[in-house]
Amino acid sequence: MPAAIPASPTVDRVMADARAGAFATRSIKKDAKVAGLLLAVSMIDLTTLEGKDSPEKVRSLCRKALRPFDADEAVLGFRVPPVAAVCVYPSMVGAARELLDGTGVRVASVATGFPSGQYPIEIRLEDVRDAVRDGADEIDMVINRGAFLAGRHDEVADEIRRVAEACGVAHLKVILETGELETYDNIRRASDIAIACIRDGDFIKTSTGKVSPAATMPVTLVMLEAIRDELLRSGRRIGMKPAGGIRTSKQALHYLVMVKETLGDGWLTPTMFRFGASSLLNDLLRQLVKEKTGRYAAWHDFAEA
Amino acid sequence: MSERLGVLKTYKLFIGGKFPRTESGRSMKVADGVGGGQAHVCRASRKDLRGAVEAAHAAQPGWAAAGSFLRSQILYRVAEMLEARSGEFERSLAPGGSASLSPTEEVALSVDRLVAFAGWCDKFQQVLGTHNPVSGPYYNFTVPEATGVVGVISPQSPALLGMVSLLAPALCSGNAAVVLASSANPVPGAIFGEVCVSGDVPPGVVNILTGDPVEVVEHFATHREINALHAAGLTDEQSTTLRSGAAENLKRVCIRETNEWSGDVCESPEWIEPFVEFKTIWHPSSA
Repeated sequence: MPAAIPASPTVDRVMADARAGAFATRSIKKDAKVAGLLLAVSMIDLTTLEGKDSPEKVRSLCRKALRPFDADEAVLGFRVPPVAAVCVYPSMVGAARELLDGTGVRVASVATGFPSGQYPIEIRLEDVRDAVRDGADEIDMVINRGAFLAGRHDEVADEIRRVAEACGVAHLKVILETGELETYDNIRRASDIAIACIRDGDFIKTSTGKVSPAATMPVTLVMLEAIRDELLRSGRRIGMKPAGGIRTSKQALHYLVMVKETLGDGWLTPTMFRFGASSLLNDLLRQLVKEKTGRYAAWHDFAEA
Repeated sequence: MSERLGVLKTYKLFIGGKFPRTESGRSMKVADGVGGGQAHVCRASRKDLRGAVEAAHAAQPGWAAAGSFLRSQILYRVAEMLEARSGEFERSLAPGGSASLSPTEEVALSVDRLVAFAGWCDKFQQVLGTHNPVSGPYYNFTVPEATGVVGVISPQSPALLGMVSLLAPALCSGNAAVVLASSANPVPGAIFGEVCVSGDVPPGVVNILTGDPVEVVEHFATHREINALHAAGLTDEQSTTLRSGAAENLKRVCIRETNEWSGDVCESPEWIEPFVEFKTIWHPSSA
């Protein structure tokens, strides 16, 4: 018998917006800023999810993931850490595996008919098994938003449980696609459903990056609070991944402040918090260069993935 | 009935088509001919410069791709708008003033300068470009293209004409600009942003900062996303700062030594040339 899904509290939209807005007023400077930037680098799921992706594009992304800034030692005086993971389509998992095996950088694959999820459940499950078989360490699934919005929450929960089972040892991240869920109450409900159906150390994630709006501070806050409430209720530890729309260092630092003040230091680690992003990485590097050299760098100083 | 109080103008920066206050929250007190007394203008910080460069970098490809005719029309329209507000600009130039030019003359010359460079937009390519002789059945062309983001450091005086003369040639060839207005009289620079908006200059193509050159000149020089500098009226120390900072990242530096801003020499295509990159193309064809 699966664990019961707890009742969800209602979310006060105005207060969630105000609380999230307050995190964006903190000023983080000097050593704390450098530490925050480096932490943010190590939390990135460096992502490419395009129809035109090729194995060589993915290999290039993997090289960037392993060594984000090739002039780091000359310019900064230290090595920039690798990112947390590379996130690709299932057909590209093999290409990523070749370069990342044994490096500590994990291979994440979207699956379950990403980004729409509008496929029969058997096909979605097969998609997951395929990706795991090819060597994915982490699976980013999409929930069935049609069923959720139609009120068939048990069906959504059942599907998440089946996907979690299909993942085996691979970690699971459940994408709610908050841009399609209309209200904060729905986002909270979907978070609670997902949290109840996944395992310790699995993640909930805001967005596919294909729908606008993607990750926002208030939406992430609502999800972080759902994670916090589960921690207080059962002691289970669920990870969080905002994805899409986080492009600047300033935004990333604001998210870290929000995580710290909602869940504490225990979540300021790549095993519990990730950024789904691609262009964010080079902005973090630019700010690191600015902090260390006092000079503003150009975009072309950093390799594109 | 009590006497009506005038609306005091507070001058903002012009970044990305908007008029933000400086992020530093600082201001400078200046004589204001428009408001008829004193006014505060923003004292921009290096972070404002950074924001302006980001805006310029984002806007520049679109401006270059907009095409010569459209750039020409937009620069001409900026001239029209400047002419329409000539009274306000003349009042803004009254404090301090220029040694050799009356405010009326300075505004008129600024309008003319914009018109001159509006005209150059679709003509400098023929003057600066070449059709190169080669010994083979090929055509070989060299064409000028925009450099990228140009930093403009205006002379103290003439506040309007100096700024326009340094800015217009950079815009003409498709560059975006980050301008530091005259610090002796920043008001004309501050209101020039409004002329750019009503002149339909795309957001980010022109960005105008007011502030203390001592603070920001160094960052104009070392910012690696600024590709060239057009400056005038610098102290020797500032010139050195500019050149040594720019040497490190190989940006083009053009410091004008002129005191003669009214002359035709300021409308020569030589003023455009420092802010283009030359591209040479081989065209296989039986010539």
